[in-house]
Amino acid sequence: MTGGTADLLDACDLARSYMIRRGLLGRSTAVRAVDGVSLKLARGETLGLVGESGCGKSTTARLVLGIEPPDEGVVRFDGAAMPRSGTSAWATLRRRMQMVYQDPLQALDKRLTIGTQIAEPLDIHRIGTPAEREQRVAAVMAEVGLQPHHAGRHPQSLSGGQRQRAVIARALVTNPDLLVCDEPISALDVSIQALVLNLLMDLQERSGMGMLFVSHDLRAVRQISHRVAVMYLGRIVEEGEPDAVLHEPAHPYTQALVSAIPHPGKTASRVILQGDPPNPANRPTGCAFHPRCPVATATCRTETPDLKPRASDGRRVACHVAHGEASSARAPASLETC
Amino acid sequence: MAFIEIENLSVAFGRSMALRGINLSVERGEAVGLVGESGCGKSVTWLAALGLLPASATVRGSVWLDGKDILGAPKARLEPVRGGRIAMIFQDPAASLNPVHRIGRQIGEALTLHRRMKGEQARAEVIRLMDQVGIPDAKNRFNAYPHELSGGQNQRVMIAMALAGEPELLVADEPTTALDVTIQAQILDLLTTLRRDTGMAMVLISHDLGVVSETCSRIAVMYAGRIVEEAPSERMFSHPSHPYTRGLLGSLPPLTGPRQRLVAIPGSVPEAARMPKGCAFAPRCGLSTELCTDVDPTALPMADEHNAACIFAKPYQADIHLVRDRSAFIRERAMQ
Repeated sequence: MTGGTADLLDACDLARSYMIRRGLLGRSTAVRAVDGVSLKLARGETLGLVGESGCGKSTTARLVLGIEPPDEGVVRFDGAAMPRSGTSAWATLRRRMQMVYQDPLQALDKRLTIGTQIAEPLDIHRIGTPAEREQRVAAVMAEVGLQPHHAGRHPQSLSGGQRQRAVIARALVTNPDLLVCDEPISALDVSIQALVLNLLMDLQERSGMGMLFVSHDLRAVRQISHRVAVMYLGRIVEEGEPDAVLHEPAHPYTQALVSAIPHPGKTASRVILQGDPPNPANRPTGCAFHPRCPVATATCRTETPDLKPRASDGRRVACHVAHGEASSARAPASLETC
Repeated sequence: MAFIEIENLSVAFGRSMALRGINLSVERGEAVGLVGESGCGKSVTWLAALGLLPASATVRGSVWLDGKDILGAPKARLEPVRGGRIAMIFQDPAASLNPVHRIGRQIGEALTLHRRMKGEQARAEVIRLMDQVGIPDAKNRFNAYPHELSGGQNQRVMIAMALAGEPELLVADEPTTALDVTIQAQILDLLTTLRRDTGMAMVLISHDLGVVSETCSRIAVMYAGRIVEEAPSERMFSHPSHPYTRGLLGSLPPLTGPRQRLVAIPGSVPEAARMPKGCAFAPRCGLSTELCTDVDPTALPMADEHNAACIFAKPYQADIHLVRDRSAFIRERAMQ
């Protein structure tokens, strides 16, 4: 991780559980959706958060925005602890941290015009006079590549790409310092995905905002991120530079994920993981990945590996085998400091 | 003779043209990929061919199956084809399965329908099929409900149902789109294995060029109700000839090399009711001239077995050994 002093976002040891009930009369049990996630983000930086469904990446996104309070851990935004959600201090802070959602049609109100919806954050935070708001909306629409006449249109009369631009414009209208994108391109067609990725990169270059880019798409994450963190069952299992992680993945799960990317012209030599994605309600002991891991040892079944820098190159990885300590079964030293 | 040959197929919903003249054939044992963005007509092509569209659709053209036209054939003639000779699986397995019936019974239903199997014989065959598609512990999972299985397992159940009729062609419509990447890899691997073991042909419909390139030997790219380019997989990537295909490839963020701006395709797909004059891609095409808005291009040969519907696409000299590989493959299939 970059050792910057003024991190825009500093989340430490976040944990979040949900209660679920199994069966009709079953006892409710706690499911740990996020289990000790720490991440940092500097201004102008993009952190890609990758993982499969149910790995807790969207929950992490909501936790860092304070939309949901963490059960454990602290989120610090711009050096100060995040106020409790729902308080006025939190609401004030929200103008500086915005979110872009996966499905633009669901994120937009069908009955309101695009212009009204883009202006809404300004209305909520009482920013500027009506004339200034109008100006700001026009400016931000131009910035994301929407035409002025789109302001009067309703979401359903726009194309998928235009809708996602409107969602992005609405998030950017308050000039946020942090943009959290939760699968912003997965509901879009391939050619539109490229447009949105280009747009997000341009916008970041201009405004210097920090971006948390949550996605299951490793290609998109490589394209847009400065750093990438791979999640599995509520924990970060590997973190590093995108090219380092993609070209030489250290964690067996990252290796499988990378080799599963369909690639034009690739010959079939891939690690095919056995079994299903894990159920957070039924978390395996030790390393959560061990039942699907091709190199798991006895240690992996009993001891949970910590995310720590690898001795050889400093890559942060949570794997006994990658650290060369799988057979020795010694207690892993805790390097996680907040 | 090709196993199935779609000839000049067009479909209209009222004034909206969903398909504007599709020509596509599938040989026995061959795997063909059908690629395009949402609304380009890749699913409609096969729903129309199998007579599965609502009556409101106007369907024209021919679908030759073993030399007989099945388009608009009476139900009695179509029934043995659907699910029997040609099976289809869809994107969302949970939506295709009946949530209140056990999966064993649902697979068994397909066996009764297509192979008149009943009782113990059907049960044994269901368990064999479940084994074949890689559902672990088939004997116990026989009595499971769809909600008790994961998305990937449910897709395996769908594939088992499709195999129940011993089809000669499996049409897989975005079979992995709703699944995670690692599970997608499992399902694609399964489809390839099944094809090798049973010798059935496959049409893989997908929006993902990567997915089809690994699984299929030939790819057809669709845009706005037309096939704009068709080529053997390797050559679709080594010599993409239609500007739309090149746009799709340029939109895909690379995994290696320097990170640059993506070459995105500007604009969006034309609405079916308001098709532009001339080439449908012209309004989004960087190469388009006045000629493109005048002439509606037909498929032009680029090389052997490679066609592109663009008046500016240039023919090239195909790599000889690739052509030979493919014809050898087809001969080999035909002899089996």
